[in-house]
Amino acid sequence: ISLFFLGHGKNHKDAASVRATHPIPAACGIYYFEVKIVSKGRDGYMGIGLSAQGVNMNRLPGWDKHSYGYHGDDGHSFCSSGTGQPYGPTFTTGDVIGCCVNLINNTCFYTKNGHSLGIAFTDLPSNLYPTVGLQTPGEIVDANFGQQPFVFDIEDYMREWRVKIQSTIKRFPIGDRLGEWQAMLQNMVSSYLVHHGYCSTATAFARVTDTTIQEEQTSIKNRQRIQKLVLAGRVGEAIEATQQLYPGLLEHNPNLLFMLKCRQFVEMVNGTDSEVRCFSARSPRSQDSYPGSPSLSPRHGSSNSHIHSTGADSPTCSNGVMSTKSKQGHSKYPTLSSSSSSSSSSSPSSVNYSESNSTDSTKSQQHSSTSNQETSDSEMEMEAEHYPNGVLENSSTRIMNGTYKHEEILQTDESSMEESCPQRQLCGGNHAATERMIQFGRELQVLSEQLCREYGKNTVHKKMLQDAFSLLAYSDPWNCPVGQQLDPIQREPVCAALNSAILGKAWFQESQNLPKQPPLMLALGQASECLRLMARVGLGSCSFARVEDYLH
Amino acid sequence: DMKNAVIGNNKQKANLIVLGAVPRLLYLLQQETSSTELRTECAVVLGSLAMGTENNVKSLLDCHIIPALLQGLLSPDMKFIEACLRCLRTIFISPVTPEDLLYTDATVISHLMALLSRSRYTQEYICQIFSHCCKGPDHQTILFNHGAVQNIAHLLISTSYKVRMQALKCFSVLAFENPQVSMTLVNVSVDGELLPQIFVKMLQRDKPIEMQLTAAKCLTSMCRAGAIRTDDSCIVLKTLPCLVRMCSKERLLEERVEGAETLAYLIETDVELQRIASITDHLIVMLADYFKYPSSVSAITDIKRLDHDLKHAHELRQAAFKLYASLGANDEDIRKKIIETENMMDRIVNGLSESSIKVRLAAVRCLHSLSRSVQQLRTSFQDHAVWKPLMKVLQNAPNEILVVASSTLCNLLLEFSPSKEPILESGAIELLCSLTQSENLALRVNGIWALMNMAFQAEQKIKSDILRGLSTEQLFQLLSDSDVNVLMKTLGLLRNLLSTRPHIDHIMSTHGKQIMQAVTLILEGEHNVEVKEQTLCILANIADGTTAKELIMTNDDILQKIKYYMSHSNAKLQLAAMFCISNLIWNEEEGSQERQDKLRDMGIVDILHKLSQSSDPNLCDKAKTALQQYLA
Repeated sequence: ISLFFLGHGKNHKDAASVRATHPIPAACGIYYFEVKIVSKGRDGYMGIGLSAQGVNMNRLPGWDKHSYGYHGDDGHSFCSSGTGQPYGPTFTTGDVIGCCVNLINNTCFYTKNGHSLGIAFTDLPSNLYPTVGLQTPGEIVDANFGQQPFVFDIEDYMREWRVKIQSTIKRFPIGDRLGEWQAMLQNMVSSYLVHHGYCSTATAFARVTDTTIQEEQTSIKNRQRIQKLVLAGRVGEAIEATQQLYPGLLEHNPNLLFMLKCRQFVEMVNGTDSEVRCFSARSPRSQDSYPGSPSLSPRHGSSNSHIHSTGADSPTCSNGVMSTKSKQGHSKYPTLSSSSSSSSSSSPSSVNYSESNSTDSTKSQQHSSTSNQETSDSEMEMEAEHYPNGVLENSSTRIMNGTYKHEEILQTDESSMEESCPQRQLCGGNHAATERMIQFGRELQVLSEQLCREYGKNTVHKKMLQDAFSLLAYSDPWNCPVGQQLDPIQREPVCAALNSAILGKAWFQESQNLPKQPPLMLALGQASECLRLMARVGLGSCSFARVEDYLH
Repeated sequence: DMKNAVIGNNKQKANLIVLGAVPRLLYLLQQETSSTELRTECAVVLGSLAMGTENNVKSLLDCHIIPALLQGLLSPDMKFIEACLRCLRTIFISPVTPEDLLYTDATVISHLMALLSRSRYTQEYICQIFSHCCKGPDHQTILFNHGAVQNIAHLLISTSYKVRMQALKCFSVLAFENPQVSMTLVNVSVDGELLPQIFVKMLQRDKPIEMQLTAAKCLTSMCRAGAIRTDDSCIVLKTLPCLVRMCSKERLLEERVEGAETLAYLIETDVELQRIASITDHLIVMLADYFKYPSSVSAITDIKRLDHDLKHAHELRQAAFKLYASLGANDEDIRKKIIETENMMDRIVNGLSESSIKVRLAAVRCLHSLSRSVQQLRTSFQDHAVWKPLMKVLQNAPNEILVVASSTLCNLLLEFSPSKEPILESGAIELLCSLTQSENLALRVNGIWALMNMAFQAEQKIKSDILRGLSTEQLFQLLSDSDVNVLMKTLGLLRNLLSTRPHIDHIMSTHGKQIMQAVTLILEGEHNVEVKEQTLCILANIADGTTAKELIMTNDDILQKIKYYMSHSNAKLQLAAMFCISNLIWNEEEGSQERQDKLRDMGIVDILHKLSQSSDPNLCDKAKTALQQYLA
């Protein structure tokens, strides 16, 4: 919650109100400020409350439309009206009056000397400003927006609401048929594992939960291998492997290729890329050369599924997974057996159903679970289409920071990364390598110009290239303003982009077309975006429901 | 197999019991030779049976299950002990089980205390057993003397929520109305933190309601015992607001009842807490909602809900009355606010005639609290003819109600109360006179107090009625009552009876001898200053009579006593004695000369001269006025 100091200290004006310079931010959830009555002045006609922008400031808060106040002389509350309602005790010199706006249920209550006086107003509009009104000479008040400790225990109140909202989320009714929800969750986890190529984990998960994996194992392993290469900083090899396994992918994705190459350059500086590491004589294939060798190698990898799918009309199921499932399906998870058997039967829509449905229902689940009822459906769909490009990138990187590391310890050998760290010399200190790097840099420059000609100017590319080249301008690239590029963590977005591109492309079969983002990430992005949207439209509960809180 | 058959099936449980399985199971359980697995299973099955209906528990108790299980606790096997404890726990939390069964053998408690360190399950079950079996100060003392506080305190920071919660419950029952335990608790610390601080943490709003409420009860007990000051921030800013929140509509009915009762207890004697509570979260309005059960909506739509509401309706009402009584105990503004709450007086009047004793008692307490307001006595009490149901309550009610009701009646009989007349007409004198004969001290006090109020500035007939109703024997009985309050109020009654000259003469002509005897007795007896002062005032009143004067003037013993008190070290007594003298020597009255002469002969004038030099201005004035009578 942000309680910021708005800087009006002492007021002693006659018959006038002072409004804070900023409205209460809706996203803060619960807003609180306190006013100490330093002196009640002649008659103690003081009003403490809220008002919208544009309300007449020559009157006490509460008397006009969109203005709300609690007055010291009679203890009444004024809700946009000249006549007050009996509300609480009167207040005078020495009292500390607090005003708490709850933006979750749009109510307001006051406190006197740390004691809550009960709800004063309901159905408050948004964008209200804290307001204090004084009317008779000598009235002095001090406002405290959190720069000093509050008399009232607002922290405790916020704790209550945090728990309330979290339990609302927890107890949100799923409202579907038995087992479907669980199946969907399992599907999401499974697809996430598959997406990131955690092959053995995915297989183990599938075995335990009795589900099918949507992708051929060898294909997963291929992607895993490429990802490992990128994450190890061996981008050149990764490019090569990609070209080999997924011919045509990078030509159709010049942006991705450029990104990879930039990264390769950075890794060269780092001394981790294979071209400078091993310094083999093999030059990178030029762009022209690789479409010429499509070969059957990628087909080779997925041929198994080809044959299988034509027979069974169910492209996702491999033999092995299938059999374990049918064995356990009846004894352990009777509810699941129906859905899994449907995919093995010849119902053609079943796979589609589980795949697309899971994402869709996740969307709506997450959407409603954050109790956002005001956003229209059409808006939601728009958002859903947006974030694979922009928004999600942020949150997905965040996740990977955690998960990837973990997986790497489990599965990959980190030797290559470990090595790169201690020897901090340009291109590993190898002179030949440095030359190779400079040559590569030139090629990169050429590629950039070529892309520029074909697709028009691209500021992102320009920046990328600039940043990469800037590394050479410093004697110690690791400790320079652009040095963070060399951080292995920077490999992760590149890796994710490449992985998404591979999955997004129909390398396997026309109908299969795995999503660029795993449904789990999609749901996560959806939730984050919902919260952002809630904050924008002024639904206060968003401040107590952070996606991050659930990611541990 | 038996276990699986009975779990969750009440019918099977009943069948099993009918078939005589319990003795068999108990036999197996007690056989040292059976394997511990078998014995454990037996305990589990018995525990499951106990989980059933109350009749099941009764059958188990009839088979003497408790000694058998307690015996089982001596086993070295932890699993078996836990099963026994679990079963014991289930039996002891049943309402049909007498708590005393736990205390029949003193070694049981110490053994349980020792088991507290063994596992989180023993901790949970034992705490639960303690908190259910600790009823009244005797149990509290037993557990306390066995070191319950030290043994349970560290469980408050257990990692298991259930253990923490049960430990907290233990403390709430141990400390309830028990100053000894409460005073101990404040100084106990766990892991460097004092218990009050731990309790305050448990009050936080994100903690489960049950935990907040129970922690608030602990702090309330400690506060009432004087272990925590009433202006301590943990009471004012934490406990009190927490309890007010427990009264809110969002809480369950049970929680609201407990919250209101605990809050009533917390603020009962402290006006500042009453003031704070009265402005917190619109408590007074919030409480009005307690009277809306069962709500009219629930009656039609939802039978289950109606049942639930009905069950709690009485509890809610009595809790609300109690809290209103506490809120209005001292502050006039709060009383006004309470009475201005919608239909408040009607609700009290209805409450007075409810069948539930608890509700009636609470309603009377509420009325009593509000009757301390002069303004309300004159207005709303009169408008709602509160005296009618009150008089009804006073007819053969249990003593606890009678005490509060008669105390309320005292207030309604104050001279400015418009209810006084109708109350008299409805036979109050007889009722009050019978109260003065009660065994119950509070009833005697209230009875005589009410009579005293009634006699104040009353007409001749009422006074005679009171004297007749009370009878002189009873009057003397009361004057020799061991309780000083009764004595004071009786003297007060006498004084009120003996006011205005015709009344004095009339009463003294009929009861003069006895009254003079009584007065002599008290002045000779060992009583405190207030009693003696009151007695001298009675004498002064008698001296104000026309014919009654002679009863004093002819009683040399009394005159000597008056003379003695004129030179007493206590100024109040001197003043009172001087009133007597003044009345006796007053000039304009018949025979004043003789009286003056007689008193001068006794040396009174010398004393008056001395007193006119007194540093006490009251005494000095009075003495001078008296001397003037001699000069005239």
